[in-house]
Amino acid sequence: MEKMKQLFKKNNKNQALSFLLVIVMYVAIEALLKTGNLKSLYTSMLVPVCCYCIVALALNLVVGVSGELSLGHAGFMSIGAFTGVIVSGYLSNFIGSQMVCFAIAVVCGAIMAAIFGFVISIPVLKLEGDYLAIVTLAFGQIIKTLVNNIYLGYDQAGFHFSFVKNTIELQSGGKMFISGPVGATGTTITSNFTAGVIMILITLIIIYNFMNSRQGRAVMAARDDKIAAQSVGLDIVKTKTMVFVLSAALAGAAGVLYGLNFSTLVPSKFDFNTSILVLVYVVLGGLGNMFGTLISTIVLVMLPQLLRALNDYRMLIYAVLLIVIMIATNNKTIRDMITGVFNRKKAEGEGE
Amino acid sequence: MKKLLSGLMSCAMALTMVACGGGSSSSSESATTFKIGGSGPLTGDYAIYGKAVENGAKIAVDEINAEGKIQIEFKMEDDQGDPEQSPICYANLQDWGMQIGLSTVTSGAGAAVSQKYKDDQTFAITPSASNTSVVFSNDDCTESYGYVFQMCFTDPNQGIASADYLKDHEDIGTKVAVLYQSDENYSTSIYQKFKGEAEKVGLEVVYEDSFTKDSKDFTGQLKKAKESGADVVYLPMYYTTAALILNQSNAMGYAPSFVGVDGMDGILTLEGFDTKLAEGVFLLVPFSADSDNETTKNFVAKYEEQFGQTPNQFAADAYDCIYAIAQAIEAGQITPDMANSEIAEKLIAQFTSMTFNGSTGTNVTWAKTGEVSKTPLAVVIKDGVYVGYEGE
Repeated sequence: MEKMKQLFKKNNKNQALSFLLVIVMYVAIEALLKTGNLKSLYTSMLVPVCCYCIVALALNLVVGVSGELSLGHAGFMSIGAFTGVIVSGYLSNFIGSQMVCFAIAVVCGAIMAAIFGFVISIPVLKLEGDYLAIVTLAFGQIIKTLVNNIYLGYDQAGFHFSFVKNTIELQSGGKMFISGPVGATGTTITSNFTAGVIMILITLIIIYNFMNSRQGRAVMAARDDKIAAQSVGLDIVKTKTMVFVLSAALAGAAGVLYGLNFSTLVPSKFDFNTSILVLVYVVLGGLGNMFGTLISTIVLVMLPQLLRALNDYRMLIYAVLLIVIMIATNNKTIRDMITGVFNRKKAEGEGE
Repeated sequence: MKKLLSGLMSCAMALTMVACGGGSSSSSESATTFKIGGSGPLTGDYAIYGKAVENGAKIAVDEINAEGKIQIEFKMEDDQGDPEQSPICYANLQDWGMQIGLSTVTSGAGAAVSQKYKDDQTFAITPSASNTSVVFSNDDCTESYGYVFQMCFTDPNQGIASADYLKDHEDIGTKVAVLYQSDENYSTSIYQKFKGEAEKVGLEVVYEDSFTKDSKDFTGQLKKAKESGADVVYLPMYYTTAALILNQSNAMGYAPSFVGVDGMDGILTLEGFDTKLAEGVFLLVPFSADSDNETTKNFVAKYEEQFGQTPNQFAADAYDCIYAIAQAIEAGQITPDMANSEIAEKLIAQFTSMTFNGSTGTNVTWAKTGEVSKTPLAVVIKDGVYVGYEGE
């Protein structure tokens, strides 16, 4: 409790705005849901939006806070998602409560992704800049290819595993958790919007706490000036590893949320494109800016769906809009114009 | 002040959400028309299939509406063949007031919505999602969703039918080489069933190899196939890859009999592909555009007139789906003012008992599981068109 108080005591506008946004959105959407006023289109998008928010926040930790470019975050999502599906599918045989299953699956997914994150960070974080980006890119591809070739099933006799060629013959009543490129099918859907929002809040608490901690400041110091940071005795590799593993774990947790929201999950979903898409959310939201990341993720995930009325021109318009948004948010004139409007309002407010 | 702009945008979005939410979809004016909705890849890698389905369905809808017995309104959403997008498309169609579903064009996307059709007790028939996971909820294929029917063969049936066909027609060749795409579920599942059936019936498979998405060079695999003495190369894959294989095989002077599956359909309309290379390729497809069948002739003529191309089997499957639904609606005396669950119940009763004659087969029947039963048609490509193959 004392910690929570401290968290909010810090006069951090960005932090307050982020929590406010999530809670206000949640209350508003729940109200619409309860009164039955939300279109099914939006209802179906609630969990995916939550999930992408968490991944984008996690990626911002790496890209924005530690200043390293990662192009493989979809890989961590993939690990989390498939671990989640397996754990949830297995536990549902013993545990009745879906919420408990879901919570355990999330923890397992996060741990699994963290382990992979740690393993990959050993060679990766000795590299810098472009080299690191390339290695993470390769990592994403490796994960995709691996999962594409895994066959894992479960029946009374226990787990069955085969690689590349499917040699599994299950007894009746058995279930295939992953069948190669077909992925996971027939998953019981246990994700829901409330769980997604709680996970976003936990993610925000973890990230802000980390950023305000001794370790977080060390990472940012290393990002801003590596030599100066080293000169005061900071262990840069250690702190960067910590960020990378934390980010991987969060992305894994988001993956579980994602995986348990669809009855079908294909490995090819988590490809390079998905990694880049999440990076786009982060860049648009602002490096190190968590509030901006939340906003940009919500807008950019929703945008293609809101444009559905345009039929065939949908993806074309989406691409054009994306370019316009990127230019507009980075154009000094436009930003000054908005700042001007804002300042005038502020001045008027003070004048009263 | 990026934040402010973002804030404004989010407010605007929240407003649109509320505004849209207000106009819920209790459309009373549609009491005389059936609303049929489907989703498929209208953009992206598999757009050619989605477009074909949309066009085929539109022709059928126009014809039925012109006839006047029942009125249908048809809407197609773009899911890009992505299991993440298809539930969103489904939700969007629900908002629109969909009463009967055309489900999805691709399998992965289809499996992601089958449970939703079941939960909402809405009837759906898919023109081309051929994986078993679209109709069955478990891996043993014992529990079906019951609300989702298929117009195309399931993948296993294609693999089995291919192996049986090759065994029965030794004039095509006796030593088989198989190339398949290991990271694609359509290709892998056909291959697995083909292999199993080949072992069972004693078909000699002398060489098998796989490749992954975006592979462009197959000369290595073809060379090995040639060395192994294969005189038949079985290609369970989509036509874009098959076109490359045919091209490279021709360049290296290797000329076995090539045998494809329904994903090979479309190769003749592929831009930049020399159709001479496909000369003599065998395909097991449910539909051949040059068939003598009256329904097919009429459909092909209309399709060519409206869209300027010869329809492929995806278009034909969609055309048949709409007609099958119409037939069931008439026979079951279903009216558009019924609830979705009632429509579904009556349609299922009709589908499991009726016999349907369409452009993709005659005497087509459906099992309670939703699987279709019809005979595949063997065709061979001659002078750039499909010709029925009867064996020699």
